[in-house]
Amino acid sequence: MKKWPVLVFILLLAVVPLVPGVPEFWINQLNAIGIASLVVIGLVVLTGVGGLTSFGQATFVGVGAYASAWLTTVHAQSPWMGLILGIVLTLLLAFILAQITLRLSGHYLSLATIAVCLIFYYLYGNMPFLGRHDGIPGIPPISFFGYPLLQAQSIYYLIWFVVLLAAWTGINLLNSRSGRAIRSLKNGEKMAQSFGVHTFHYKVIAFIYAAVLAGLAGWLYAHEQRAVSPSTFGINYGIEYLFMMVVGSVASVWGGIFGAAVILTLKDQIQDIAPRLFDTSTNFELIVFGVLVVLVLHHARDGLWPIVTGFFSNLFRKGIVRQTPASAWWSAAPVLDKKEKPQKDSTLLQVKAIRKQFGGLVAVNDIDFSVNAGQIVGLIGPNGAGKSTTFNLITGVLPLTSGSIVFRGKPLASATAEEIARLGIARSFQHTQLLPQMSVLENVALGAHLRRSAGALRSLLRLDRQDEAALLREAAIQLERVGLADSMYELAGNLSLGKQRIVEVARALALDPSLLLLDEPAAGLRYLEKRELAAVLSALRDEGMSILLVEHDMDFVMKLTNHLVVMDFGTKIAEGTPAQIQQNEKVLQAYLGGLDDEVIVDEPSVGKAGNNEVHA
Amino acid sequence: MDWSIAKILMQDGIVTGVIYALLAVSLVLVFAVTRIILIVQGEFVTYGALSFALMADNQVPGNRWLLVAGGGLVFLRELWLVFRGKPAGTLIGSALFSLALPLAVFFAVPTVLATEPSLWIKALLALLLVVPLGPMLYKLAYEPIAESSVLVLFVVSIAVHFAFVGMGLVFFGAEGRLVSEPFFDGQLDLFGLTWTYQSLFVIAMTVVIIVALWLFFGYTLYGKALRATAVNRRGARLVGISTSMSGFLTFLLSSIVGVLSGIMIVSFISLTYETGFMIGLKGFVGAIIGGLMSYPIAAAGALLVGIIESFSTFWASEYKEVIVFGLIIPVLLILSVTSRHDQEE
Repeated sequence: MKKWPVLVFILLLAVVPLVPGVPEFWINQLNAIGIASLVVIGLVVLTGVGGLTSFGQATFVGVGAYASAWLTTVHAQSPWMGLILGIVLTLLLAFILAQITLRLSGHYLSLATIAVCLIFYYLYGNMPFLGRHDGIPGIPPISFFGYPLLQAQSIYYLIWFVVLLAAWTGINLLNSRSGRAIRSLKNGEKMAQSFGVHTFHYKVIAFIYAAVLAGLAGWLYAHEQRAVSPSTFGINYGIEYLFMMVVGSVASVWGGIFGAAVILTLKDQIQDIAPRLFDTSTNFELIVFGVLVVLVLHHARDGLWPIVTGFFSNLFRKGIVRQTPASAWWSAAPVLDKKEKPQKDSTLLQVKAIRKQFGGLVAVNDIDFSVNAGQIVGLIGPNGAGKSTTFNLITGVLPLTSGSIVFRGKPLASATAEEIARLGIARSFQHTQLLPQMSVLENVALGAHLRRSAGALRSLLRLDRQDEAALLREAAIQLERVGLADSMYELAGNLSLGKQRIVEVARALALDPSLLLLDEPAAGLRYLEKRELAAVLSALRDEGMSILLVEHDMDFVMKLTNHLVVMDFGTKIAEGTPAQIQQNEKVLQAYLGGLDDEVIVDEPSVGKAGNNEVHA
Repeated sequence: MDWSIAKILMQDGIVTGVIYALLAVSLVLVFAVTRIILIVQGEFVTYGALSFALMADNQVPGNRWLLVAGGGLVFLRELWLVFRGKPAGTLIGSALFSLALPLAVFFAVPTVLATEPSLWIKALLALLLVVPLGPMLYKLAYEPIAESSVLVLFVVSIAVHFAFVGMGLVFFGAEGRLVSEPFFDGQLDLFGLTWTYQSLFVIAMTVVIIVALWLFFGYTLYGKALRATAVNRRGARLVGISTSMSGFLTFLLSSIVGVLSGIMIVSFISLTYETGFMIGLKGFVGAIIGGLMSYPIAAAGALLVGIIESFSTFWASEYKEVIVFGLIIPVLLILSVTSRHDQEE
């Protein structure tokens, strides 16, 4: 979002209560919207961006509210002590819930949030010291330096100050190292892990962030209403918060505030109008919200906010605002350290008798080969030869049945994708796995995740800017290296498949790897794109990079690699230089004798004697 | 507490537990085939129970309007799809299901009720009134986005639950209802306890439904198609099992199970328009115990939920719900320790 609409928004917020004749009811309504917005901003990060659906944020609102209500009434402490207690309890509850649910598939979290919300609702309703179903009345107002915020107008400023602060932290968090990790949770968890992102950690962060905002909202609520009762923390309220996010926006904190405003205004209007249309008391807003959310999910999955902003940006069309050119911040940004690289021609990766069995099927049958530093090694073979399985064994996606893989003297056999990334092995994916809603630059910066350590707390408060600049600078350098510097501010999803594959290479390079594993990097590329990719890869080799690639395109492989390993039916049938492989009878038989694949063999030397089995 | 009280609590627990078990099995079924967490299953229970209860009172349930309206929307959508190029052959079937059937039921209900029929006929009418809503719901809310992620479908379920609860209040009012007239009158002494025929009937019905489901899935082509979809959705589609058909069928089964459960449960628990949510969730607690995968474990888990609920009503009735929903915490803990690599497809 551009700067001036935010300023206009803040100005409007500041002026509204000062305008004479603004009904008190409006201010109360705005207070309610502000408090709900806090919860929804947390949900945008947790659910909209992170893909972890919580129906139970009302639980945390309740904890924040009841903690302060209890401490300020029963123990006559100041609301500020109540705030501390509320936040501590919220943190504790969120942390425990996170440990229990976040290792499981997403829907368990969702079901657990419903269950926990119900549990707390019944606890509030039955615990004598919390006033059972009557709740706790007579909560004192928050006071600043002896000045109590008694009026709706006075707490209004506190509420909206906190909301703006929360929006600011939300935006900071999303545009940071941690934010990129959180954004990968929804659709690219496996990919992120292979760049060393400890995804569980970021799930916990997103969950706790959302919970703390909800707890804060509860504290404000308790001291705004000056009374709490269980009913406002029930499951229906939890669901309503989620609906605000769905209707507002799944990606923007401003959209979250918009969603809160839409739902609460609608609710108020319906409760005003419905009794005039129907004689009995109905929960008409439930029907409207239910239908509205289904329609939004069918027709506007990203929420209504993008439609609103789209409308306004058309109205004030001023051309696309280009971000500052890269060179402007490059020179100032710190340089990332590089790992020590292995010596040229030393053995980098050694694969010894690896085997993978799926039941009775031997997919990979005792394969050996090695990759030396500064080499491009190709792994080829007809369809179903076991290339991808071998690749997955090396990258830790599949566990080995037997055998060993050693990388720079360290065994990889039981390493996780994360640990493999830490050792300096980067990979690309057969089906490109970029995050389409993120810019190319940020996608590549995700690859450099391990090279800085700025945590979520520092990003929230924008204290991570040095680290952030360093990471983005590294990403920009890698994009320039592969020739995509021009596209760095585009959304990754808007690039052609060919460019996306090259972005994947740049992202892998951002890890500062000593070995690059590429899974069919040329698949689906056009001729010129293939040539460009080959040029990039061979330039990398000249800089000392080692590459292992699985590839179908013979022409591409023959021209590029130093060494080839040929597989068929899970077994290695030949190994050698491209020239040797082209003349190898077994290889020719595997390709020409079968029904597989197009075969491109340049030399008309089929059937020449010699070189039956070649070992380099 | 002495042994005789324990036995009575156990008996109570089993009778509600078997109904939770039925719901749990149906929830696992729907999740396996369609990846939908069917929160709205609970509303099938209340709609079935309350329309049955209204008719037992010789009132015409207002939800017959919903049936007609829902059918109309389904047919309009079908027309729109045909207009957009779908083969028109399905239109006759659709008209029969979404126009003719609802209208027939709409007019049949008051006519039949006027003849003061037996409770059995009223139960049948309740089935006819509510069961078609299941497949209609699938057509309208889920089919257009059937390929979305589990979580999007979950949010849709919650939204649909909201709408159904809201409409439930309109149709059935806020007061709780109970059908005091049993299907079978009388009682029987067994294992030192007195069992009413009604409670034995509930247990027997549950067993019959579970056996029927087992036969359906084991021995019929459609049942096998649903099983295939549950194992591998894409594979099933490749051999010609349409997602739409399996969704329709699964929702049909789950609404039958929901309505039957409702008709049974309303004979010993007073239900309001919003009770269904809690009943459905208790089925879910059972289903989660089975990891949302295993039918027998889900059923056993749900039975356990019923028994625990019954005992906690005795010991700490105020904290009954807290105890029942608290059950899922240790279960999730065990699941998260044992299944490290549980990933969404």
